[in-house]
Amino acid sequence: MTQIEEHKRHIIPYAEYIQIWLGLLALTGLTVACAGMNLGRWVIITALTIASTKSMLVLNIFMHLKYEERMFRIFVLVALITFIIFISLTFFDYAFY
Amino acid sequence: MTSEAQAIDTIHRDDTGSRMGLWLFLFSELILFGGMFIVYAVYRFLHPEEFRLAAAELDPFMGTINTMILLTSSLTVALSITAIQRGKKYISMTFVGTTLVLALTFLIIKYFEWSHKISLGIFPKSPELTNKPEGEILYFGLYYVMTGLHAFHVIVGIVVLVFMLIFISKEIVRKESYVKLEAGALYWHLVDIIWIFLFPLFYLIH
Repeated sequence: MTQIEEHKRHIIPYAEYIQIWLGLLALTGLTVACAGMNLGRWVIITALTIASTKSMLVLNIFMHLKYEERMFRIFVLVALITFIIFISLTFFDYAFY
Repeated sequence: MTSEAQAIDTIHRDDTGSRMGLWLFLFSELILFGGMFIVYAVYRFLHPEEFRLAAAELDPFMGTINTMILLTSSLTVALSITAIQRGKKYISMTFVGTTLVLALTFLIIKYFEWSHKISLGIFPKSPELTNKPEGEILYFGLYYVMTGLHAFHVIVGIVVLVFMLIFISKEIVRKESYVKLEAGALYWHLVDIIWIFLFPLFYLIH
């Protein structure tokens, strides 16, 4: 059974990985270019938005999350939401006191 | 297929479970680095100007090169899985080997960056650094701890990838059974993701 199960698994073609890699390099160029501009308080927002987009590409394609069972995506979502709760609760202590 | 052959093929194996186990480990890494990112966020919020000044000491060019190296190493380790899925043993080994070379290059660049900072007298508890304002001391403290812990993960990743190379050559990892390589690759991608965040947060504050 294991063999059958394994053979059913999606094989991501080389070309798809290379496209994602080119996208990641382009986003790296974009984040460097944005940092060169004087964006003031938007610096951190653009930097984190681009970094999150890059992470999503790595998670979904390189780490095969897109092709895994749904449970994997739920796990990752729960982990990320937990982290966001941690960081936002921390800022209640610092930003609004 | 005879029932005997089938019996051999159906030796208990749960690759999905194995991958899920590795994902759970990755979540513990998220908490490890996440805690540090929270400390970073708070101190940057409290000392925005000093973080900006301190970050000017870092070379964005080196950071960009290292980002591209790590992204490319993530690509090659991902390609190695496609290769092994297609039964191309030596192509897969070449991809893992390339990943290893890129990982070592990353560390060498990191070494030059660190030794340059240290030669300027900027390292924890150095007289040069302790005379700086509090925000800059905090920035460099976080810089050394977070990139240091990341570099440690790169070293662990290198050891893991060397094992992968041995596994593929001994055909422990092969077309029919490659979950070990997938696990190693997942870990390597995590190291990449952490750097994706470290790079703009330390190198690109202007």
